[in-house]
Amino acid sequence: MTLKHSDAFHDPQIARHLVERITRASRRPIRFMEVCGTHTVSIFRSGIRSLLPETIALISGPGCPVCVTAQKEIDAFIALAREPETIVATFGDLIRVPGSGSSLQREKADGADVRIVYSTFDAVNLARENPDKRVVFLGVGFETTAPTVAAAILAAHQQKLDNFSVVSAHKTVPPALEALADGEINIDGFLLPGHVSVIIGLDAYRPFFETHRVPCVVAGFEPADLLQGIAMLVDQVESGQPALENAYPRAVSAAGNPKAMAVMNDVFEMADADWRGIGTIPDSGLAIREAYAAFDAVKVFNIQLKPTPEPKGCACGEVLTGLKIPPQCPLYKTVCNPMAPVGPCMVSSEGTCAAYFRYHDDA
Amino acid sequence: MCLAIPSKITHIENEMATIDVDGVKRSASLMLLEDSAVGDYVIVHAGFAIKKLDEDSAMETIRLLKEAAAFVDNLDAGKG
Ligand code: SF4
Repeated sequence: MTLKHSDAFHDPQIARHLVERITRASRRPIRFMEVCGTHTVSIFRSGIRSLLPETIALISGPGCPVCVTAQKEIDAFIALAREPETIVATFGDLIRVPGSGSSLQREKADGADVRIVYSTFDAVNLARENPDKRVVFLGVGFETTAPTVAAAILAAHQQKLDNFSVVSAHKTVPPALEALADGEINIDGFLLPGHVSVIIGLDAYRPFFETHRVPCVVAGFEPADLLQGIAMLVDQVESGQPALENAYPRAVSAAGNPKAMAVMNDVFEMADADWRGIGTIPDSGLAIREAYAAFDAVKVFNIQLKPTPEPKGCACGEVLTGLKIPPQCPLYKTVCNPMAPVGPCMVSSEGTCAAYFRYHDDA
Repeated sequence: MCLAIPSKITHIENEMATIDVDGVKRSASLMLLEDSAVGDYVIVHAGFAIKKLDEDSAMETIRLLKEAAAFVDNLDAGKG
């Protein structure tokens, strides 16, 4: 049972028309960055790359939450899994990410209690069902995920649970755009994430857009959504009139989701965050407010984040900022593959290296 | 991590909705959604409904896309 409009966004006639429109309009070589990992996967899966004219290059950005998680945070997660009487709860794609010496998966095989949950509420339920254990949820993700983690903290607070806590390694998208636009890479336009924008709304990008005047379009995930977003970016570039536009109006509004924002802002406050491959970006993270300090795993477990070198030879950092594509990494396919990933970009299904490995025929 | 498929709310109890995703039943919290009712289509992320889909807006987008596609086809037919 699906919405009657869903099929239309797969309609080959509409897709063909959009490709034609893009091909006619695009004259000079342009580089667009899709900032969201789910976009990266949709673009590869739908074969859009091969349909676009040669003038257009699509570059993947830092939009895979697991991939931008700093190595020292991964190490801290692994250290938590080694704590006695502790259950570590996480979404699935984090467990295979290698830290400096181990991974959550390896710790689990060695007897640590690591549980994969589908929703943050599952982690709260684990805490309620295991009063003699401490349950820590590993909070990794952008503005789409952060409200669901905040909701879990509010629920634990309401249920007076004293054995539930969260590591907040969340990151926010607009400050990352600033860092990318200020960086060494030349981007002619940004395809902005669909579901982050559902929460924060189109207006959240206004300050970034006004400062940089670079073409920006929010897009959805179906082939027609993506092509429509790219067509709008091409029109902006070719007309020399950058704009902040919305190609996903059925889900994204100007103001976003005020209730989700309120829940998120109730629990979290802005903080600096370390991004793999980019470094520290001011105000791009979310720390748990003092009022909820009892649920802050960093305080509960007195976690010390020690700087650790990233895996040797791994070019994830350059891949995440669009400076390299995976085949330019010497380890790609030779040493690093989804069965034996060296870096997080190969682990997560939303990682650029994993997407290349699966869908890109570069022989 | 994002589920892009719109899901239909079939039942609501205590801020928890039962949703239908292509025939599979799941539950989703409504805690992050302002207002919703049985029959609405929502975007669900990690067990939470985060947005009610605006069907009118969706149909409008499709109408515009289809019109534009037909326009190009007519142009091509005219040329041929
Ligand atoms: S191919 Fe592997 S080693 Fe190379 S950048 Fe990607 S994840 Fe890192």
